[in-house]
Parts: sequence; C-alpha cells; structure tokens
Amino acid sequence: MSELPPFQSLVDEHGAVVLRLLVALVGRQEAGDCWQETFVAALAAYPRLRRADNLRGWLTTIAYRKAMDHHRRAGRRALPSAALPEIAVTDRSALDGEGLWAAVAELPEKQRLAVTHRYAGDLSYAEIGARLGCSEAAARRSAFEGISRLRREGWS
Amino acid sequence: MNDREDGRLDDDPEPGALARLRGGLADRAAAAGLLDVAYATVDSPVGALLLCATPAGLVRVAYDGEGHDRVLERIADRVSPRVLEAPARLDGAARQLGEYFAGRRRRFDLAVDWRLTGGFRREVLAATANLGYGATASYGQLATAAGRARAVRAAGTALATNPVPIVVPCHRVLRGDGSLGGFVGGPEA
Repeated sequence: MSELPPFQSLVDEHGAVVLRLLVALVGRQEAGDCWQETFVAALAAYPRLRRADNLRGWLTTIAYRKAMDHHRRAGRRALPSAALPEIAVTDRSALDGEGLWAAVAELPEKQRLAVTHRYAGDLSYAEIGARLGCSEAAARRSAFEGISRLRREGWS
Repeated sequence: MNDREDGRLDDDPEPGALARLRGGLADRAAAAGLLDVAYATVDSPVGALLLCATPAGLVRVAYDGEGHDRVLERIADRVSPRVLEAPARLDGAARQLGEYFAGRRRRFDLAVDWRLTGGFRREVLAATANLGYGATASYGQLATAAGRARAVRAAGTALATNPVPIVVPCHRVLRGDGSLGGFVGGPEA
C-alpha cells in the first residue's frame, strides 16, 4: 500500500480551497453541504487511492462532481461530465461581502471559469485547459484576460 | 494576483464556516461507518497526550515526545488512513485520564483495541494492566505472569512498545535491580 497521510491532514490542507471552489460553483448557501459530501466521498474512497502526489487535484475533482450532482438535483439540465455547470450566483446577496467574487461572476464565461479554477480551485493551467476543453495556453490567456478586466474595474 | 498574493482571493470565503464543517465531518463519517480512527489531543501533567480510538476501543496513547504527527502517520499506515480529529469520540478516555491525574481514579475502565501489539507482548501488557495503583513489578514477574518466565528481555520490549501507556501502566515496571525501567514517556511520567 502506498503511504497515505492521515485523512485529517487533507482536510486541514485543502479544506479551504475546496470550500472556495464550491462557493464559486454552487453559491454559499449550498457550498457547506457539498463540502461535507465531498469529504465523506473522499474518505470512503481514500484507502484505495493509489497515489498521494496530487491530493488537492483529487479532492477538487470530487468537489466538481458533487457540485454537478447538486445542479442536477436542483433541476438544471444534466451536464455531460466534460462540461461544467454554470456558476450559480442566483443569490447575489450571499456574495455581497465578497464583492470580488461577485465581480468574477460578471466576467465572460471562459474568463470566469478560468479565474475560478485558477484562484478558487487552485488548478494548474494544464488542468484548467483539460476541464474547459482548450489548450493550456488558452486557459492561461483566459485567466489573464479575466484578471486584467478585474484590475480595470478597480480590483487589485 | 498571478502569484496568489492577493489576500482577498485566498480568504476563507466565510470565516468560521470551515471550522463548523470540519467539526461536522467526523459525525457524518462515523454515521457512514467511515471513521476508522478518531483522535484528540488533551493536556495532562505529563504534557500533551494524543489519544486515538477505533470503533473497537482505545488503540494508542502517545506522549508529546513521540511526535504526534509521526504517530498519526504510522497509524494511517498500520490501522487505516481514515483518520480524523474527533474529540467527542475520546471524551470518555479524556475524562478518565483527567480523573487519574487528579488522583480520583486508580483503574481505567476503557475498551482497548490491542491491534498494535499482539502475542506475547500483549500478554505482558495485560499482566501490566492488572497491576494495582501504586504497585510495581519487575520484567521477570511480568514475563512469568505472561507464561514465559525466561523471556525477561521480550517483556521489556513489550513495555517499550506499549501502544497505550498510562492506561496500561508501564511506568510501574521496574528493572530487576529495582530501578525504574526506561520507557517511552521518559522518567518524568
């Protein structure tokens, strides 16, 4: 068996990243439930995990699946696994304290997703490209354009 | 921002939310039968103690000097990597240890999961567990009680590798000459 660290260390090291990602994907109201579902599912699968070299990527992948499950349950169209759900910012007031994320939600789709994945999900550009179905360079460009636009709007 | 120096993006999206979620995780994991090892850290007169329990009982007590992180890593390897901090599951053990250190308890009434030891070592520890409060024994006496009178050195090894010190009082075992044996908690324990 590969040597897996105690599961608590995954919660300690990656819990905040997973929560930020879920807030961006499903909104603050539902993020807590999705977070718990994510970590319970991860805990169930954990002893069978072969490699411990990208635990954050593994957790964020599970979080995406839980976010998609949530969107399906909420009656949105079922999404093919390669696609990503729209960010549910129906409850804008939940984001008011986080004006920056509200501004992110206003970005054009590609930029919004690239920025969210990069800064909330903490994914590499190669991973983002794989998720968005574009090249690493295109993912980098989208994130850069999104960040530039936020800067122009006064965010730093 | 590219190098993630911008604080706002890295902030906890909801201060306090994460702590609540982490707290609730252990309960959900236990309800799903996924909490293989629960742990807690408690203060004591001999320093911070790490307490670990499986559903079968207390499986490990570790002194600060052993390095709690290292102990948890070994447990992840030897018992299960499904290890979560879950203080509520160790309330009973923590309370009995508190009473013991306050002088209000002489014996522990706790289920022990012996899986980190076995065979002769376990017999020696069982004999040690039966020592009364304040009583002492020699390694030879314990080896005899465990059924192998000549295995004095092995009895010493059993105590040196006691997974549940204090609860199994290895600190009451003396060398043949009556001096305190070396053991994992150091003489101050």
